[in-house]
Amino acid sequence: MSSTHALGSLLHDNQEPLLADWLKHIDEAGLSGLSRQEDVRRQAAELLRLLTDAAGRDHGGALAADSGALQGFLRDFSDARVREGFSSQQTATFVFALKRPVFQRIQALHGNDAATQAALIGSASDLLDSLGLKTIDAYQKSREAVIQRQQEELLELSTPVVKLWDGVLALPIIGTLDSARTQVMMESLLDRIASSESEIAIIDITGVPTVDTLVAQHLIKTVTAIRLMGADCIISGVRPQIAQTIVHLGVDLGSVTTKANLADALALAMKRLGAVVSRRAG
Amino acid sequence: MPIQKSETLPLRSDQEVVLARQAVRRVAQECKFSLVDQTKIVTAASELARNTVIYGGGGEMVCEVVLEGPRTGLRLIFSDQGPGIPDLAQALTDGWTSGNGLGLGLSGAKRLVNDFDIVTAPGAGTRITIARWR
Amino acid sequence: MAEHIPILRMGDFLLVSIQVEMHDNLALALQDDLTRAIERTGARGVLIDITALDMVDSFIGRVIGDTSSMSRLLDAQTVLVGMRPAVAITLVELGMSMTGVRTALTVERGMQMLREGLSEARDDADTEI
Repeated sequence: MSSTHALGSLLHDNQEPLLADWLKHIDEAGLSGLSRQEDVRRQAAELLRLLTDAAGRDHGGALAADSGALQGFLRDFSDARVREGFSSQQTATFVFALKRPVFQRIQALHGNDAATQAALIGSASDLLDSLGLKTIDAYQKSREAVIQRQQEELLELSTPVVKLWDGVLALPIIGTLDSARTQVMMESLLDRIASSESEIAIIDITGVPTVDTLVAQHLIKTVTAIRLMGADCIISGVRPQIAQTIVHLGVDLGSVTTKANLADALALAMKRLGAVVSRRAG
Repeated sequence: MPIQKSETLPLRSDQEVVLARQAVRRVAQECKFSLVDQTKIVTAASELARNTVIYGGGGEMVCEVVLEGPRTGLRLIFSDQGPGIPDLAQALTDGWTSGNGLGLGLSGAKRLVNDFDIVTAPGAGTRITIARWR
Repeated sequence: MAEHIPILRMGDFLLVSIQVEMHDNLALALQDDLTRAIERTGARGVLIDITALDMVDSFIGRVIGDTSSMSRLLDAQTVLVGMRPAVAITLVELGMSMTGVRTALTVERGMQMLREGLSEARDDADTEI
């Protein structure tokens, strides 16, 4: 019987005591996290079971890469650890904390047989190291996913679309525009036009210090897309510097309606929609 | 670069162009691309699939999901044993048309994807590889 | 796969609602059917509803554009209705601005435009005051 198989048997036959020892080590290292005792126990038990299975299948110490169950477990496990604010080191230590219990058990069972002991410890070491590395990998992926999600949310929050009137939406842009931001803005504006069935969208760039060719082109694409959908677009807040830049860049704003400020743009929008605003007398 | 998934579809008729589009849409959704990115790659696929049928005399599309570190990519390879594109530079220029409308198809598709590679020569067929990453 | 897209008649107008995946021949058949229907019914307006389309590529875009031009020659106005945001973004990126095709957000608005006998064309040639 290969040493990995033997290890598998050992793990299988000693699940309970190994689990108990492992949990003790985890607790002492303060790695339980905010999870309840039962949850930590359940996770450790599940991981031990998966590990025992892997050892039993004998892949020479390297865990089966396509073990869906193991991948799934590590993903959920690391998602939880990321959420709770644990570092990758702490997360991996959770796994490595199983080493001592396993080695001690091997020693207890094969104290007199140096060769067997060495082989088993070797296999156990390989297996747990591999698992530890996979855990770190899963942790990093989870972490990256969380960061990405946060970035997307931040991007969405910084480009609010507001309803100025029935059928009139406005997108006031503040700060420098870059490609990613412009794309997100474009999409959220178009989505709002569709969902609110607003006929006119005003893009206000009063708060934009500079515009480069790429951004100007993006704006034009946005206007064209809005037209294709069946709505219309007015760009407001074009300041002298930006007007100069656009002309110098040779960008053709052609048939895009522009207004000096948001108020004028709104007035035009209302007029186009046939709305009349009048002041009460007296 | 590990290929997580691969399927090959024939492109011999305009019905098969539609089936190819639908397959790409399905895979793009599974890869969790945003709606706009899905639409872009499906549209690019439609353009190139059509070219394969009309100009390539029929061919096939290979649809692959590729993993590169944290990124997931949807890669499509359109190949045919047709006459090849004689003047590639011209074909990639917007609006050039050869009757049935090889106008914006090629250059347009290029704008819709992140990676674009084309290998073609008169009499040697055509092989176009495009990819969108997430 | 559907052989022909149904064309509905609503008074002076024709209404086409594209609900299925369009393969090229279907698009061409629609173009043919529409122009014949305009002649047969004397329709003054055509409304093409693409609310259900999740993709429009250069070929389909061109067919729609050509249909609009043909209809104009037959003295009928065309309005394209309900293009989805993702489709609009992609068409623009593709390089198609669909000049000369009037568009509307909803079928209701489109019908209103046709009824008002639209004098302004909703295209790039339009200049504002």
